[in-house]
Amino acid sequence: MTFEELTQIRKKNSDLIKVRKLIASEAAEMAEKTEYRKQILVCGGTGCTSSGSKKIIDALDNELKAQGIENEILVVRTGCFGLCSLGPIVIVYPEGTFYAQVTPEGVVRIVDEHLKKGEVCKDLLYKETLHEDGSITPLAETNFYKKQKRIALRNCGVIDPENIEEYIGTRGYEALYKVLDSMTPDEVCQEVLDSGIRGRGGAGFPTGRKWMFTKDAPGDVKYVACNADEGDPGAFMDRSILEGDPHAIIEAMTIASYAVGAHQGYVYVRAEYPVAVHRLQVALDQAREYGFLGKDIFGKGHDFDIEIRLGAGAFVCGEETALLTSIEGNRGEPRPRPPFPAVKGLFGKPTLLNNVETYANIAQIIRKGASWYSSMGTETSKGTKVFALGGKITNVGLVEIPMGTTLREIIEEIGGGIPNGKKFKAAQTGGPSGGCIPAKYIDTPIDYESLAKLGSMMGSGGLIVMDEDNCMVDVSKFYLEFTVDESCGKCTPCRVGTRKLHQLLDKISKGKATMDDLDLIDQLANHMKSSSLCALGQSAPNPVLSTIKQFRDEYEAHIKEGCCPAGVCKELLQYEIIADKCKGCTLCARNCPVKAIEGTVRNPHVIDKSKCIKCGVCISNCKFGAVVRK
Amino acid sequence: MSEQNQVPFKGTEVQEKQLQEVIAKHRGQPGGLMPTLQEAQGIYGYLPIEVQRMIADGLGVSLSEVFGVATFYSQFSLTPKGEHVCSVCLGTACYVKGSDKVLEALEQKLGIKAGEVTADGKFSIESCRCVGACGLAPVMTIGEEVYGKLTPDQISGIIDSYMNEKGGE
Repeated sequence: MTFEELTQIRKKNSDLIKVRKLIASEAAEMAEKTEYRKQILVCGGTGCTSSGSKKIIDALDNELKAQGIENEILVVRTGCFGLCSLGPIVIVYPEGTFYAQVTPEGVVRIVDEHLKKGEVCKDLLYKETLHEDGSITPLAETNFYKKQKRIALRNCGVIDPENIEEYIGTRGYEALYKVLDSMTPDEVCQEVLDSGIRGRGGAGFPTGRKWMFTKDAPGDVKYVACNADEGDPGAFMDRSILEGDPHAIIEAMTIASYAVGAHQGYVYVRAEYPVAVHRLQVALDQAREYGFLGKDIFGKGHDFDIEIRLGAGAFVCGEETALLTSIEGNRGEPRPRPPFPAVKGLFGKPTLLNNVETYANIAQIIRKGASWYSSMGTETSKGTKVFALGGKITNVGLVEIPMGTTLREIIEEIGGGIPNGKKFKAAQTGGPSGGCIPAKYIDTPIDYESLAKLGSMMGSGGLIVMDEDNCMVDVSKFYLEFTVDESCGKCTPCRVGTRKLHQLLDKISKGKATMDDLDLIDQLANHMKSSSLCALGQSAPNPVLSTIKQFRDEYEAHIKEGCCPAGVCKELLQYEIIADKCKGCTLCARNCPVKAIEGTVRNPHVIDKSKCIKCGVCISNCKFGAVVRK
Repeated sequence: MSEQNQVPFKGTEVQEKQLQEVIAKHRGQPGGLMPTLQEAQGIYGYLPIEVQRMIADGLGVSLSEVFGVATFYSQFSLTPKGEHVCSVCLGTACYVKGSDKVLEALEQKLGIKAGEVTADGKFSIESCRCVGACGLAPVMTIGEEVYGKLTPDQISGIIDSYMNEKGGE
């Protein structure tokens, strides 16, 4: 591959991609220059695939053929668009029309009415894009997208991740050429350092510094590795990037290999992500075929290749030394640091390990320059951050925002607020290592420092929204259950500490604790923080400490009054049927999963408390408000 | 260890041949034990002690090392799974939307706990941490099929559909 050949492929594809990125009027002009009248994009990310996007693509192919317009319309299966709760998602360009929750029947209509006759199927649109006067907002101008700044996600939902030429069409692999052609390894490291980007895996260590350490470490053999072992339950940024833009990772790792002097790379990815693994494999094969991996890349004398290693379901393997131990084929137990991986990592050699999202920014930093990147964000946190927005929020999905955006903007504007008229209570960031930010701090700008100040952390990017129905004691107990499960057992403070902490929380949730137990938690937590071997144990108490700090009254209600204000902790609850209100419709009895409700038609029913599992099905089924939770 | 010995090992010669090919491919490769175990589980569905022994002999590592790795990672199973593996997501996004109640309803329906298999070998229950379909929370998967936006009262009908389908064959 030469630079001329690369440029030719780019020119061939860039117009097609511009149609998907420009505003509607300019996109229409651009579309006329391409061989396709319209393009139809279908999300093929895990979220939409789970809601049936494969059937949509099949139906689309069939219907286009049936209508005889398969040569005028380009069908593109992309990665994640971000709005996972509305899947399967279909978008038509150049208009940017956004169809949500599409069914195979809907596809037939979209092909017939929209693609063939040019009439938008208004009733199938995402409702936020349709106005009363009949006008339609293009996708890019919806609240969800307007506030976002997509850098790491720039190609997700835009290109076909299994087609390397589409990636090249977005100036892909040009940064790699630039580096190999005209930069020294020192200059590459300096550029990354100057951009101010910090590790997106959670800890926030300056990425450029890591590159320099690895470059300067003595040794002939070095490795470049990518941490795609996204363990935080409820976070799916890395998966979406691998599914939507795998070449960005390959290009960045190759750039890194030149900068630090490595010839072999590893991507350690969760086996639970089959779609991501498949797309990455396809991308690796294509990159080799086009000469972006292998011997003498671009004829500049640099050799590099990448191998995929599958994780096997261990949260601790997201910790860097444990991850490397796992690639070596052992139990994924962490090792003491120092020596850091940059000095003594994989197979005892200097190793550069970065997270997926960090890599996703690199090619653009090289191509557009460090100052472009550092112009975004806050004083100490540059650039953007991707969050997986989940829990009690209208627009569940993937968002990328400039650092410094407030929590309020994310939740109320991008996220569309809390559904069902409930009140926002807290946002959890950092997963099992992070903490909860209460509603009163909703105007906090999001960056590494301000989150840490509130007792939480940036983490890898899970952002779980909770409303008034979530109990904070229950949430911390949930996280501790997780860390008890996932503690590798190598060091005592973590192995025993997590279990003891869980027992104390369990006591509180059952109303059996005393105020002394809160002090005990505090002591234990501080011991774990100071003496655990790795970040898993050191940060395991965070969810508990932050909720005690921010929601102390809720803990005290459990302890002193024996009640759970949010109505979650089962031992403190009872379900009853109010005889006066019960009409005897039998609906609750029929739906009770454990047959704990007795009664005859048109007579008040009764709950047998010894059988009741407190699942709440009866409450949600009762049309008369006769079931109450006390 | 005593539990798994109750299930007699029923590996075939074809499976063993496949396993030996996998072992040959990874022998001598740095860090080759994990991929070998992953592919072996793909062949047998689980990793009984007999298979671990063959891997240890084939790769030239000790059985204790193989056992140590196989028991460390939650993906590896030392006991066979059900014909239909029902996996309820207990990731945070699903949990705050009530997936624990979905799991309870499933355990009630099948009469087994998470990690167990029904007596007829048809169903087993697992809990998992995030399948990445957080937009559909709470989520359960049965085999490749994903069920999203679940409520506990839907479980019975879903399981029945698998029971009937099996009965009809």
